[in-house]
Amino acid sequence: MTGRRRLAGAGTVVRRRLLVAVPVLAATSMGMFALGAASPIDPAQQYAGAAAFTTSEENLAQIRANWGVDDPLPVQYARWVGNLLRGDLGWSTSRHEPVTSVLASRAGWTLLLVGTALALVLVASVLLGTLAAYRRGGWFDRALRAVAYAVQSMPVFWIGLAAIAVFALSLGWLPAGGLTDITATGTDPADVARHLVLPVTVLAISQAPWFVLFVRDAVAESLRDDHVLAARARGLPGRVVLFGHALRTALLPFLTLVGTHLPELVGGAVLVETVFSLPGLGAVTVEAALGADFPLLAATTLATAVVVLTANLLTDLAYAAADPRVRLDD
Amino acid sequence: MALKPKPVRVAATLAAALLAVAGCSSPTASPGGTGNAGTLVVATAGEPDTLNPVLNYGVDGASLIFDGLVARDARNELVPALARELPTVSADGKTVTAKLREGVLFHDGSPLTAQDVAFTYQAVLDPTVDSTLRSDLDMLVSVTAPDPATVVFTLKYAYAPFLQRLALGIVPAKAFAGQDVNKAGFNRKPVGTGPYRVTSWTPGDRLVLAANETYWGGKPANSGVVVAFVADDNVRAQRMRAGEFDAAELAPKLASGFEGRNGYRVHKVPTADYRGVMLPMGNPVTGDLAIRRALNVAVDRQAMVTGVLGGAGEPAFGPVPPTSEYAEPSIKGKPAADIAGAAASLDAAGWKPGPDGIRVKDGRTAAFTLMYPATDSLRKELALAVTADAKKAGIKVTPEGLTWDAITPRMGNDALIMGYGTPYDPDFVSYKLFSSAFAGQGFFNPGSYRSAVTDAALRDGRDNADAAARKAAYATFQKQLAADVPWVFLTYLQHTYVLKDAVTGVTPRVEPHEHDVANSIWWNVHTWTKKS
Repeated sequence: MTGRRRLAGAGTVVRRRLLVAVPVLAATSMGMFALGAASPIDPAQQYAGAAAFTTSEENLAQIRANWGVDDPLPVQYARWVGNLLRGDLGWSTSRHEPVTSVLASRAGWTLLLVGTALALVLVASVLLGTLAAYRRGGWFDRALRAVAYAVQSMPVFWIGLAAIAVFALSLGWLPAGGLTDITATGTDPADVARHLVLPVTVLAISQAPWFVLFVRDAVAESLRDDHVLAARARGLPGRVVLFGHALRTALLPFLTLVGTHLPELVGGAVLVETVFSLPGLGAVTVEAALGADFPLLAATTLATAVVVLTANLLTDLAYAAADPRVRLDD
Repeated sequence: MALKPKPVRVAATLAAALLAVAGCSSPTASPGGTGNAGTLVVATAGEPDTLNPVLNYGVDGASLIFDGLVARDARNELVPALARELPTVSADGKTVTAKLREGVLFHDGSPLTAQDVAFTYQAVLDPTVDSTLRSDLDMLVSVTAPDPATVVFTLKYAYAPFLQRLALGIVPAKAFAGQDVNKAGFNRKPVGTGPYRVTSWTPGDRLVLAANETYWGGKPANSGVVVAFVADDNVRAQRMRAGEFDAAELAPKLASGFEGRNGYRVHKVPTADYRGVMLPMGNPVTGDLAIRRALNVAVDRQAMVTGVLGGAGEPAFGPVPPTSEYAEPSIKGKPAADIAGAAASLDAAGWKPGPDGIRVKDGRTAAFTLMYPATDSLRKELALAVTADAKKAGIKVTPEGLTWDAITPRMGNDALIMGYGTPYDPDFVSYKLFSSAFAGQGFFNPGSYRSAVTDAALRDGRDNADAAARKAAYATFQKQLAADVPWVFLTYLQHTYVLKDAVTGVTPRVEPHEHDVANSIWWNVHTWTKKS
């Protein structure tokens, strides 16, 4: 009941945010093209690869002309926007296929990886962080913090290779990489799930320390808040005080943290995809950047921007739902 | 091998539930896990960006999916493929006629005709097609199909190695009717005449090929091949160790970890893939012949082979690999460094040691910058080795790791670690790298080396149809290059592969610089079998 009243202004907020999102996305894409124009990379040479050593200048110039990549920047941008409005994201010069099909075949896997890892991180960090805060200074708290600091200092790449060495090579429990068994003929969900256990866990573990430490500190802090102390003084059970009062206060800033931390999670996903040979957007984005493939780069940049904007909006809505002091219609 | 213990099952089921919610899978009834024993799995670092030969896929034969008019055998010698016999060349060298083999079918069951061959070459020549092969076919004026079994190539000028260019895979013309070759669906789902047809290609993951039961060259010995794309070297090694692959391409140091390991064997395959220092003539130091000659004897090639390459290579003294029939036997320097010899010739040329040991002549210090692509660790280590060796002879080299875009505009003035090479014909790479006609043109002859003798020899090499005359021309070329030293050649690499012992039928052949899906040790994978 109260939740519905608190979200009364949600519609207005969503509309207002959309109005802001359009210029933000336009500026992002323009910035992308401007940066691209400043880059000295020749996409035709990148496309040729090692064949650049046997390919004549005219040959490369002809390919550039076919692609229109030597056109003035405003012309390229206008063409890109025009296509975009017609639902065409353009042609990826580095992958040699339409940008839409690059995204269609890969974005799903990255979303699945990031989404599952994020869910895992959230649940684990709330549980572990709260428990550590409750017994602040105890052995669990000290051990958890030590582990969190240690993990924080390990590169994702290294954690991934270590996980492969232990769980795939020594124990033989899980596959070392790939999306499916190498000779499988389709993407069977159970098979894919088995292959995603390690990458999802590695990504979650690499991102967890931040969240765990944050929850632990925030809950520890709020356990000293007046209303929590009052609740305890009223003789409420420890579990109710901890999860009903202390955690709830602590969760508000945590929501913001999730929103702002999302880009880092995406960055981690790029590395995890490499280590576990997953056909996600990661490697393709790097390839697009190195190959001056603006249509693809613009699409992935925009997609990331949309995800971040959406996450921020959801965070604010969640904030409003959770905190009686925040009103959306103000 | 532990088979899916219980906890994993639980985790898998949980994750499967999540996946169903996310709804981004296309469930099939396939039982993941049990592979077909007759299927071979190979892993490569590179992934093609198209599977269309016209757009530069598997050009030099061994594309697994396509056949050219000619193919290469285990010794890289031309043999007829889609052509009934090796095509014939007219007396003036300008007309090449090929007769097609009868009864060859594409994977879709349609017959191969001369029209398909003509279409393939015309597509490469078409300026609206984004093909980087066009400059390789500079000499080609037209391709016609006078009858369904005959193809006639008309050349602008006599070009001796032309038959080598006929290894290009042939595509069916009708698959492109009314389509833009650059964007055709064919490029992802190709149809060829080769030993394998494409079942599926998941970009970033793998290419699945099934045996072509009606292959004109005989049914493949296995039921299919899966090519896994694993870009990272360490990951590829780990997954090989986990037993996922039957064969994988690995860097020498990673491959050596499998030597003596039960169930695996390592193949070191000779190549024409050289690494060398390009010395620009426009730089007053590297432009000085005495410096170039001194550097050429001061570098310790043997130490580079053992140290930098981990033994997987051999010293290089020129652009024609020792395995080539055109290699001139007299072009053979000392694998070890000759610092005394280098010092003596520098002294004689007037380069005297300065106070800091670096040589000076007419107020100029013997110092230059040596560029290398920063991400290429092999070239970096070679650059550092050259720097250390040169210092012993009193030449100061400053290594500098850069991106290609930073390197390109500086190639006329700063030295560069280059790498390329093909075993097929000395004309292919050397003509453009060392002709004065290509001086300063991009990557062709970036150091602007000019020699009338070299120019004439390279021209003779491509004009002469006579094998002995060609050999003589390339002998002259190699001697002149050794005298002028526009490059200091350092090493030929060996490409290293790890294979499971169970795999039989492997016949390595000398490889070119590029070796991904095609042209690797699995060039004849259709004859491989696996003992299970």
